[in-house]
Amino acid sequence: MFGLPLVQIILFGFALTSEVKNAHIFISDNAQDVQTTQIIQKIKSSSYFSVEEAVIGNKKIESILRRGNTRCVLIFPPNFGNDLLHTGKAQVQIIADGSDPNTAKTIINYLTSIISEYQHQVYSTASLPFQIIPETRMLYNEEGNGSLNYIPGVMALILMIVCTALTSVSIVKEKELGTMEVLLVSPFKPVMVLISKAVPYLLLSLVNFTFILLLSVFVLDVEIKGNLSLLFFESTLFIITCLSFGLLISNTTNSQQTALLLSMMGMMLPTIIFTGFLFPLENMPLIFRLISNLVPAKWYFTIIKCVMLKGLGFQYVWKETLVLIGMTIFLLTVSLKNFKIRLQ
Amino acid sequence: MKRISFILQKEFRQIFRDKTILVMMFAVPTIQLIIIPQAINFDVKNINISVVDLDHSSFSQKLISKIGSSGYFRIVSADLSYRQALKHIEKEEADLVMEIPVGFERNLVREGAQKIGISVDAINGTKATIGYAYLNSIIAEFNTGLDINQVELSGNHSMAGIIEIEYSNWFNPMAEYKYYIVPGVLVLLLTMIGGFITALNIVREKEAGTIEQINVTPIKKWEFILGKLIPFWIIGMIVFSVGLIVCWLVYGIVSVGSMALLYLIAAVYMIALLGFGLLISTFSDSQVQAMFVAFFFIMIFILMSGLFTSVESMPSWARAISNLTPTTHFMKIVRMIMMKGSGLTDLKIELYYIIAFAFGLNGWAIWNYKKTS
Amino acid sequence: MEEKAIICKDLTKQFGGFYAVNNISFEVNRGEIFGFLGANGAGKTTAMRILCGLSFPTSGEATVAGFNVYNQQESIKKNIGYMSQKFSLYENLSIMENIEFFGGVYGLSRPEIKERSNKLVEDLGLKKEAKKMVGGLPLGWKQKLAFSVAIFHRPKIVFLDEPTGGVDPVTRRQFWDMIYDAAASGITIFVTTHYMDEAEYCNRVSIMVDGRLEALDTPGNLKKRFSSDSMDEVFYNLARRALRKDD
Repeated sequence: MFGLPLVQIILFGFALTSEVKNAHIFISDNAQDVQTTQIIQKIKSSSYFSVEEAVIGNKKIESILRRGNTRCVLIFPPNFGNDLLHTGKAQVQIIADGSDPNTAKTIINYLTSIISEYQHQVYSTASLPFQIIPETRMLYNEEGNGSLNYIPGVMALILMIVCTALTSVSIVKEKELGTMEVLLVSPFKPVMVLISKAVPYLLLSLVNFTFILLLSVFVLDVEIKGNLSLLFFESTLFIITCLSFGLLISNTTNSQQTALLLSMMGMMLPTIIFTGFLFPLENMPLIFRLISNLVPAKWYFTIIKCVMLKGLGFQYVWKETLVLIGMTIFLLTVSLKNFKIRLQ
Repeated sequence: MKRISFILQKEFRQIFRDKTILVMMFAVPTIQLIIIPQAINFDVKNINISVVDLDHSSFSQKLISKIGSSGYFRIVSADLSYRQALKHIEKEEADLVMEIPVGFERNLVREGAQKIGISVDAINGTKATIGYAYLNSIIAEFNTGLDINQVELSGNHSMAGIIEIEYSNWFNPMAEYKYYIVPGVLVLLLTMIGGFITALNIVREKEAGTIEQINVTPIKKWEFILGKLIPFWIIGMIVFSVGLIVCWLVYGIVSVGSMALLYLIAAVYMIALLGFGLLISTFSDSQVQAMFVAFFFIMIFILMSGLFTSVESMPSWARAISNLTPTTHFMKIVRMIMMKGSGLTDLKIELYYIIAFAFGLNGWAIWNYKKTS
Repeated sequence: MEEKAIICKDLTKQFGGFYAVNNISFEVNRGEIFGFLGANGAGKTTAMRILCGLSFPTSGEATVAGFNVYNQQESIKKNIGYMSQKFSLYENLSIMENIEFFGGVYGLSRPEIKERSNKLVEDLGLKKEAKKMVGGLPLGWKQKLAFSVAIFHRPKIVFLDEPTGGVDPVTRRQFWDMIYDAAASGITIFVTTHYMDEAEYCNRVSIMVDGRLEALDTPGNLKKRFSSDSMDEVFYNLARRALRKDD
């Protein structure tokens, strides 16, 4: 259970990136003149690409791309340098493997900007007499830490899945074993039984949360800008929301297997997608944006971002907190009612 | 040999009696396959920007309208001060703030240079970089397009060297993201099912005590394992087919390459996955345990497989790990066949990897499973 | 030695420094009803698992149906039946389906299975319930069914691990009738129990205490030896010296 957040943080922090590096490209230089060599040199010296060169015919291009290792083929026509010098214009052709459209786009952009830079360097004349100079400030993330966005997301994801799964399974297990009936016959009110099941997981999840926090601070160099106690308060609230959800799930089934599959497999992808930490929510069709409002993790994600990474106080997150509280109460009421009905 | 038929008969009966699991195995992937690719989109559009225009000159207004009409940005507010604009970032309503200082136009003409303040919410790295890059290029374009600059430029007659770049996207001319992501999600779902189901099933028997009953009979190890693998393999292949049909019906995606090849490799991949589930079950004593362990590994498989992010961009240690997961190779193969029509020769290496995994995982599981302890 | 169904000599099972089964030696004759008694934790189940080929001994020898437990387990398994404490039938299969499965596993042909299962179901009075799920049966029926399935393939020996737990006295009596019938047809019965009155039904019993075999004789002789009126007392006299409490 602790391995999970550890691995995720490491992965997101170090391994996963939407940038392009080490892209393998193929350059077919049919001109082999000074200009092309210069451009190729420039491309090679950038860290984005790993370059393979050879002069190939058009038919071979398809088979190279089909083999799957090369991302694109850059082709210089035979009279490149001559054309440039004598007519002022020359052409290059980029054929990209479009099966990964994003990477293709990025590669084309990179190549284009390298080539434009070359063009400017060699041929550009006067620079603009009137310059607008943008002065930039990167807020909240001066170090340019690329993994910042993922951390609240990982927290939300892990807490959600672990809490929900564990709670629902533990209750269903008792149902399966038959010990649930024993508990219910005892003088404890049903509410107490459920609470006693939930409390250990609440504590465990808080420990997990602390663990993730520590990891982010020490391994990923993240700075916690906000109020720690507010952070813990909100996280506890979210954990309770997840536990209530686990409760709800446990009411729907008597089999551990189903509870597990529902909480883990069923919840994983929706949580990842609808929190918005991996994919921007604004790009999704309206209906999905509406659905995402139903996912508690989304609200928690916003809260964490604001509090932990931006250092904002309660006045900025009270709306989201209210939503979480509302969800929790709703979930709890429904599952408790349901629980009692099941017993009858 | 006859024994196997009895075993299979029992397994199938049990599987079909368990309606919930069946539903889970078919409905959940189908629904997710339909929903997820529609939700995922890496394009960066609708970047929210708050503008603080302290100059109100024709230059500043032209710049702002250029930004607004670029299609990339949504001007969320026009604020009176930087502080006010910042609040929008705090409330997550804006991603960037652009501040045009007082006397912008006047000073630009008089002194030849003027600064513009840009503040970026840098928490979301991708959005920030891209948004910032777009804004910069719009500003640069505006800069060049200013008539005061144009006059100067047209005076110069040196040889302009313009390199025209002609580009095309093969196999996906419109560069539509769905061709990339849909096969990916299909692989993802198959992986989840294959990995979890077998593990859960066997551990369930352990918990119920029926495994002991099996161990006491003359059922051979390989008969037992085959008896578990075959039904789930069949189900997995059916789910795969259903997935392919969904791909076709909902997204209009049909494999460019050979379906037979696709199925063949999917079959091998499925065996590898089931072997993985089997292996986990030999190590776990409770369903919860099996589930968590399986989840842990499958998470890693999925994240490292190049589903969302590309494998080559990973640091070399991560790439090595990625190569050790069967999902990476299958992901590559599926995309290559479905989108590029790659053939057996192109896929040889990846196929070898998957076959190795199938043998390795299953072999380990079989060796590990002991009827006598 | 084909005569003896089970032979144990200095059989030992060790877990680290703990001796679950400590140098036990005994023999069981063919067709005998042999009661393997002991308190919870005495080591009965462990010993039985060794004899069934579920667990390797640490040292000592044992043969079951003439096959040794170290490297002939599969042969042992072909010749024995087993009924565990949990009555391991598949709850989500019907009565007929369970019988069919185990029959097939032990190598019976489909016609044979059909014939025998029909008869079995009639004998048990379960003909109308034959298609019902085992999970829905009351405990007593499950138990009798489990036993019948265990001897369905007419094994030489059948191992019963606490088969009558949780069942009313009438059903227990009926169960033992079934055991007698099975023994009469030549099947050796090896049964563990901690119901001491059931001990009286056996030809011979052994009593394990703390991993060791402390007594081995007919119930009558044991009662005489310990000057007791019932096996309960015999057991009490032996077992109270025990140090271990639970399996």
